[in-house]
Amino acid sequence: MAKNKKLTDYREEIEQCVMCGTCRAHCPVFGAERKEGTVARGKIALAQALLDGDVGLEEKFLLDMSQCLLCGSCHAQCPNKVPTEEIVAATRREIAQQKGLSTFGKGVTTVLKNQGLMKTLAKGGNALSAVLFKQLPDDSGLKLRFPAPFISRDRTLPGLADKPFRDRHPEFIAGDKDQPTIAFFTGCAINYMYPEIGEAMLKTLQFLGVNIWIPKEQGCCGLPAVSAGDGATVEELADRNRAALSGRPVDWIVTACASCNAGLGEIYAQLGDDFTELTGKVKDIFVFLVEQGFADKLAELPTTAEKVRVTYHDPCHLRTQGITKEPRQILAALPQIEYVEMEDAGTCCGMGGTYSVYHYDTSKKIGAKKAGHIDESGASLVATDCPGCIMQLQDSINHAGGGQKAVHILDLVAACLP
Amino acid sequence: MIAKPFIKRLEQILGKDHVMTEKADRICYSYDATQRQFLPDVVVHPGSPAEISEIMKLANAEKIPVFPRGAGSGFSGGSLPTEGGIVLATSRLDQILEIDEENLVATVEPGVVTETFQKAVEKVGLFYPPDPASLKFSTLGGNVAECAGGPRCVKYGVTKDYILGLEVVTPTGDIIRTGGPTMKGVVGYDLTKLMVGSEGTLAVITKIIIKLLPLPEAKKTMLVLFDSIDGAAKAVSAIIRGKIIPTTLEFMDSATIDCVREATDLEVPDTARAVLIIEVDGDADMIDKQAGRIADIVQPLGVVETRIATTAAESEALWKIRRSVSPSLRKVNPDKFNEDICVPRSKVPDMIRKVEEISQRHDVPIVNFGHAGDGNIHVNVMIDKKKPGDSEKAEAAIEEVFKEALALGGTMSGEHGVGIMKAPYIPLELPVSAVDYMKTIKKALDPNNILNPGKIFLD
Repeated sequence: MAKNKKLTDYREEIEQCVMCGTCRAHCPVFGAERKEGTVARGKIALAQALLDGDVGLEEKFLLDMSQCLLCGSCHAQCPNKVPTEEIVAATRREIAQQKGLSTFGKGVTTVLKNQGLMKTLAKGGNALSAVLFKQLPDDSGLKLRFPAPFISRDRTLPGLADKPFRDRHPEFIAGDKDQPTIAFFTGCAINYMYPEIGEAMLKTLQFLGVNIWIPKEQGCCGLPAVSAGDGATVEELADRNRAALSGRPVDWIVTACASCNAGLGEIYAQLGDDFTELTGKVKDIFVFLVEQGFADKLAELPTTAEKVRVTYHDPCHLRTQGITKEPRQILAALPQIEYVEMEDAGTCCGMGGTYSVYHYDTSKKIGAKKAGHIDESGASLVATDCPGCIMQLQDSINHAGGGQKAVHILDLVAACLP
Repeated sequence: MIAKPFIKRLEQILGKDHVMTEKADRICYSYDATQRQFLPDVVVHPGSPAEISEIMKLANAEKIPVFPRGAGSGFSGGSLPTEGGIVLATSRLDQILEIDEENLVATVEPGVVTETFQKAVEKVGLFYPPDPASLKFSTLGGNVAECAGGPRCVKYGVTKDYILGLEVVTPTGDIIRTGGPTMKGVVGYDLTKLMVGSEGTLAVITKIIIKLLPLPEAKKTMLVLFDSIDGAAKAVSAIIRGKIIPTTLEFMDSATIDCVREATDLEVPDTARAVLIIEVDGDADMIDKQAGRIADIVQPLGVVETRIATTAAESEALWKIRRSVSPSLRKVNPDKFNEDICVPRSKVPDMIRKVEEISQRHDVPIVNFGHAGDGNIHVNVMIDKKKPGDSEKAEAAIEEVFKEALALGGTMSGEHGVGIMKAPYIPLELPVSAVDYMKTIKKALDPNNILNPGKIFLD
């Protein structure tokens, strides 16, 4: 059974912080807000103070703890490797336990746990904003000072698909006998909002003859619940996905969503020994493709005379795991593409799961920097490996009036395959 | 505790949004890289020199201490609110006001991050050399207040060599300018030099006028392995004596090598007991010649191997070794006392030997690395604070390190400053008459002792 760590379990890691301030150079939220409470060092000091009984769960404490994208940029650059994103998530669980889940948090987790409800929403063709994002807060817990309305009217959001991706396909699609068998963990965004990414994934995998299993019982990876401090839901979803993914022997569990990849591979690893086998099999699609020699196969395809200039945005949940080369390798090998690197490709887009809903103004500031870098690169497309990033990148570009389009690398891959 | 009406006055000056009194906020401005914590009563984020002037007048009238703060990344406690009171954060004063390409001068606000400024001037082919290890997050205001250094100072000097003028708010609330954008200027006392390195005790810096250089065309990095620490130390003197001033001349002893071996994929033969990382810069056709001459000079001094980077990526790999030092020291022991003594360059070999003796005498590991080219050695006494007796051992060792550095004609701090950490040791380095002279200046400018009190001098 999955079991979350408690804040007290992180005491040793908290003490590893030497308060050097390195995180100030890497935290996207601090970059936009310039207040110490928004940066890892401040949050570590606050977590320490909470453990020592020097501060309570007062309004400002809650606000500071909500001001984190859980992107892990600070952790990756920290000289002592203090896992601030885990410590913040543990603190949020502590807050939720003592103060109750915020209505918004509840809204998210109810929908995430209930795949039937997601389907109903999808059938209704409602924009996600209507149901998920427009829940108003009550006056408890984390959102005491969250700006209302949550969702600005000028925000670009994709609609929900008429028919979810997983309902369109059989559970198992046989490929070549000598090719590996993979479980495709779709995640919610691909299933309900961007089914075309799922279709592109299938086309790519089938091109290679891979045997594809799309487990019907899979659910949300649980990352939004981590962000909301809803520990019980994280545990429940983890157990459910472990059961769903153990129904058939597979070589790898492949994701096309950076957040799901980190949810399954990294978050589950913190939930106990039961998950070791599962987490060891989780693989990002581009790592898988590179290992399968896909880049060479792309090189054999005929090139086009006119090339589209494309740049790449590193999703935090891949970058912090060190997955930066493979997506670029596939992108650069595409015959119809001229690949350019943009400045600060590795900084967060500002989405941060539910973060951009709570803190849209800060999120927009972070996104505006990104939009500027995309524009300076001269690319007409920005490709990435995470539906959440695509949503935020497109919104940021639209606000900046840039005219570029945010796409998944798989969209481009599928377009060039016969 | 500060009375409510005083907070109200602050809010009237700054607006409510820029005055923080909540416990959680005060905790977030209570520390710096010394890991000491002192809770302020209030944190303010002024947006203009005029607002700072108002704050200082008010604080002076009410005798409430004010502690200026940049990034809070100092190693001496210079920004710590040791007596409660007001933390004055420069976070909102973060604009580069002008980069004057005709006069090679820039004007900035104190909250600008050092690296942000360096990138901005490098975009137009100019150069601001001081490069403290914290440059990605420390602020120029903090750099000026502490007179920060860095590896490149061997060739280019420290922060004070680039500050032409300042705008400051005095402890009594006057806004004054010191120096100016000209390359020369001798009218009146050189208050600019007095302010640089005064650790925020004499005035609050609100604008900084900075001298810039043309950006060198190219640079070349080399790593030289020596079979003895003595050989490396002698190489430092030999290079300088050979009339070559490299951009950087960084040194690591064998304990440091052991630490970084695991942290990086550094392949170093066991015979190597010390490392120098040397960088030269200048015209593209000059740097190969310089690197070659350095290799010739150091060759007789027990060189195990010389690696010269030929690409930017190879150069970056060599610097990664240097940057991985600080974090990897924890392998020796969890806690470190990081001192930054500086001795005349020719005395580096003597100093290293003395430190080794002290380490053995007190039975405590001491790891040495740093800016050997300017004699600034980072002496890290590694202990486990949880082990009884370890802290006492470290303190005794440190005091001896200071005494040896002073005996060799050096100083106990090259770039970190005194703050509260080195204040107890001031009498070792400065005679009473000199301390009194400084205190007289402080008292004249800050009669109520409200600006960063308790720093540099003990009482």
